[in-house]
Amino acid sequence: MNVITDKLQVEDNKWIGTRTVRPDGADKVTGRAAYAADNTMPGMIWGKVLRSPHAHARILSIDTSKAEALPGVKAVVTAKDIVEFPLDKSVMLGIQDMRWMCRNVMAREKALFHGHPVAAVAAINEEVAAAACALIEVQYEPLPHVIEIEDAIRPDAPILHDFLKFQDKPSNISATMTAKLGDVEAGFAQADVVIERTFRTRPVHQGYIEPQACTVSYAADGRATIWSSSQGQFMVRAMTSLLTGVPQSHIKAIPAEIGGGFGAKTIIYLEPLALILSKKSGRPVKMVMSRDEVMRATGPTSGSFSTVKIGAKKDGTIVAAQGTFYIQAGCLPGGPLRGPVGCAFAPYDIPHVLSVGYEVVSNRSKVAAYRAPGAPLGAYAAECVLDEIAEKLGMDRLEIRLKNSAKPGTKAAYGATFGKVTFEETIEAVQNHEHTKAPLDRNPRPGVKRGRGVASGFWYNAGGESSAQLNISEDGNVLVTTGHPDVGGSRASIANVTAELLGIDHGRVSVQIGDTASIGFSNLTGGSRVTFASAMVVTQSAEKVIGQLKERAAKIWKIDPEAVTWENGEARPAGPNAGQFPPLSLKELAAKANEMGGPIGAGVQLNTTGADPGFATHVVDVEVDVDLGIVRVLRYTAAQDVGRALHPSYVEGQIQGGVVQGIGWALSEEYLYDKQGRLDNAGFLDYRMPVCSDVPMIEPLMLEIPNPKHPQGVRGVGEAPIVPPLAAIANAVYDALGTRFYSLPMSPPKILEGLDAAG
Amino acid sequence: MTDVRYLAPRTLEEAVSAFAAAQGAARILAGGTDLLVQMRNGILKPGVIVDIKKIAEMTEIADLPDGGFRIGAAVSGAAMAEHPRFGKAWPGVLEAVNLIGSKQVQGRCSPGGNLCHGSPAADSVPAMVAAGAVVTLQGPQGRREIPVEQVPAGPGRTTLAPGEILVSFTLTARPAGAGDAYLRMIPRTEMDIAVVGCGVNLTMQGGIVTAARVALGAVAPTVRLVEDAGKALLGTRLEDAALEAAAAACRAACKPIDDKRGTIAYRTRVAGVLLKRTAAVAAQRAQGN
Repeated sequence: MNVITDKLQVEDNKWIGTRTVRPDGADKVTGRAAYAADNTMPGMIWGKVLRSPHAHARILSIDTSKAEALPGVKAVVTAKDIVEFPLDKSVMLGIQDMRWMCRNVMAREKALFHGHPVAAVAAINEEVAAAACALIEVQYEPLPHVIEIEDAIRPDAPILHDFLKFQDKPSNISATMTAKLGDVEAGFAQADVVIERTFRTRPVHQGYIEPQACTVSYAADGRATIWSSSQGQFMVRAMTSLLTGVPQSHIKAIPAEIGGGFGAKTIIYLEPLALILSKKSGRPVKMVMSRDEVMRATGPTSGSFSTVKIGAKKDGTIVAAQGTFYIQAGCLPGGPLRGPVGCAFAPYDIPHVLSVGYEVVSNRSKVAAYRAPGAPLGAYAAECVLDEIAEKLGMDRLEIRLKNSAKPGTKAAYGATFGKVTFEETIEAVQNHEHTKAPLDRNPRPGVKRGRGVASGFWYNAGGESSAQLNISEDGNVLVTTGHPDVGGSRASIANVTAELLGIDHGRVSVQIGDTASIGFSNLTGGSRVTFASAMVVTQSAEKVIGQLKERAAKIWKIDPEAVTWENGEARPAGPNAGQFPPLSLKELAAKANEMGGPIGAGVQLNTTGADPGFATHVVDVEVDVDLGIVRVLRYTAAQDVGRALHPSYVEGQIQGGVVQGIGWALSEEYLYDKQGRLDNAGFLDYRMPVCSDVPMIEPLMLEIPNPKHPQGVRGVGEAPIVPPLAAIANAVYDALGTRFYSLPMSPPKILEGLDAAG
Repeated sequence: MTDVRYLAPRTLEEAVSAFAAAQGAARILAGGTDLLVQMRNGILKPGVIVDIKKIAEMTEIADLPDGGFRIGAAVSGAAMAEHPRFGKAWPGVLEAVNLIGSKQVQGRCSPGGNLCHGSPAADSVPAMVAAGAVVTLQGPQGRREIPVEQVPAGPGRTTLAPGEILVSFTLTARPAGAGDAYLRMIPRTEMDIAVVGCGVNLTMQGGIVTAARVALGAVAPTVRLVEDAGKALLGTRLEDAALEAAAAACRAACKPIDDKRGTIAYRTRVAGVLLKRTAAVAAQRAQGN
């Protein structure tokens, strides 16, 4: 459903806001789309990674001689081939510290998790490469390992990194973050009701279908070409350059069609290994992870252990909120602390807030970004406690949110003072929706109970660097090039914007993703930034092109360019000259381009700003089989301020996708480790992501409240929808059963145990 | 580096002799939905693959003169679903076979493969055991018949002799008032492996159970025939007390493990719940007939 609040500019739109055929659709449904693993080259050989069999071990020696002697083996790499970034000096690339990245792509002093790369081999085929890996002799000194947060922060825990100190002692706490507002103690003193609860969540994987894959060709002239699946070809170029020492200018990174990323492909694993293997062997090297490797050694996002305390007055006014969030970083520092610390209480106007986060390392794969990184962890705890506050006060659960919602001028604990805030609109949209008003049959059958829950969520959104180039072809059509991989429909959205601005048929616009040598720097696809930022640079490029077109027409007509307008895809004389000349279409101007000054085209590069935060409020109905402990989601409605839906199908898809991932997080997904610290469910069979039949049709309520800081009113939409589901479902399960669950996933055994404990 | 010889004999005799000659290095290929996955994962590297799908007897559903059925070991789940009479006689067996894998997998997977793969969680096996299916085996020593429950020996293992091939399942004609059912517990709605599976086969006369067989999957190293549960139902009208007694017998028969798919406590408890639910479906079918 579309809820359009601002009619301005919208009714006249011919392409923006319509469900045009997606430019990548035909290739994807016919199997022609070229994903990273589809690339092949003459002379290409295969790379494979040898991974640590221990969760934690000192690497005493690595002998690769037998592997190198195996016929068919062309190259072997170990950590000594990767650029080392010393531990005492941070080198940042975006939010990634290369000290950790260089140790993540290849174990250096120690193997830090089961599956940590120790060496890599390139050989004439996959079988020989695998056989060569088995011939590499690594001497390990196994060390005690630690997996869970609570074990890792105990005083006697095995320490992963001697260089990490917390309160002057060696520790597995690798970072802290605080967001503070007012004085929480004073705030709690004013409260009539205070509730404090502790919550646990498990690490969950991004679950993209396409495993990481790349082909790298390092040529005799010292220049390298990388074909890979990532969320940023410029990120791939920069990180590979840093880790291999090959200058950025000598690397061309070509983005493949991407089969899902959800944040996890904002870092690299294989590219530097493949580049060095290619350099050593003189052959193009292809590497493709297996699903097992993807699950074991990439992503996931953090598990958490959080305590949230909220105090409110009898009338429902929240006076203080406190959160302590322990989150997993995996085996090396760098976890999404700003997610829970900054977002947990951000939807609300609370005078006293103290939010403290601790990042904990343990012998798991290093976490990677996952859709609103960390924010669902904080919202889970905060929105569940808020549900209990509302219950204790006898208040409606949406009403308490509305009463406390952030307003223009509200200062958030993380530092921002909000301008336009559109949180209330999301709550009201849910309040007014038929779903919220529909009666709930609480006991439809013996042994079955139903409940309804709500929760809200906040995500920062982002702008950042983007580039675009818009060229008019000789036949008068349009080619737009942008610089970030399309994971959420940016090409379709950009095609709509371009057709709208130029006033031409959508079918005349082609949009492509440029490689690092053909378009200006563009930051990676993440932070819900790409449609926002690329629409901005494309708009400015289109305006420049329209300016050129008007100048050409003016020249032809020998009138002042100011006296030309661009309407419906053609230049028209205006003002005193109106009607004097027949209009000149884009096709006609393109045909005359060379005689009138040369090719027509323009590009814009910007560091975009004005990406205001996103708010979401969700309502969900669940059904619990109380004898088997199975929770099923029956109905789900998700309201979100989407700014302007340039391509509504994609916006709906983002909301639905975020919710489905949240459902998996809440009910069935978790990383399970055995006693030796090995991941026990490294595959889609036992790592239980929801399948189609597990989820109902998720109804997105797109609130189109234009972002005043964007030419089309766009607001990032991809991440906010994964923030509320964890709490919304937990609150619905409570509503059904009368028992609260403080730990995810709410799997069947856990539900039965909880019901037993409650009697 | 690893050569695999692929054979597709036309007769059972050729298949048995090739299979026996390979002395353990061979694997039987029916649908391949387990075998190929194991090969791709590097768990199995067979030297010889004997494809049995070219052998007529192994790919047909035969109507027996007494009204029963003989189902070739390599018949696909989809072919069983399409048979005009089988599913009416044995709806529980059919629904269990049709739970293997997904829609796509159904075009290939077979009850023979499901049984010989030796998984304690195989969906079709508890239903076959409850149905009292008899399997025909052929090996170098000739042909023999044994009850299906005697085939599994443990996870990934069967009692088949070296060189012996599973040929078919024989299911008897249905008396009036017979009905069977299979239910499983999986956390998701599909594409999952049974945490517990339960097959129940009942014959009822005038509302009274005159024959009952109960089998459980995924609660022990092999699929189990729970004779005590059948006895608890016999002669009853499936009153609550009878169902509770049968559920208790199911729980008592459980010797599960704690693993990523379920805990001992959870599996044991769910075995009882599923018995009651499956018996209710079987009874409804029995009394509807």
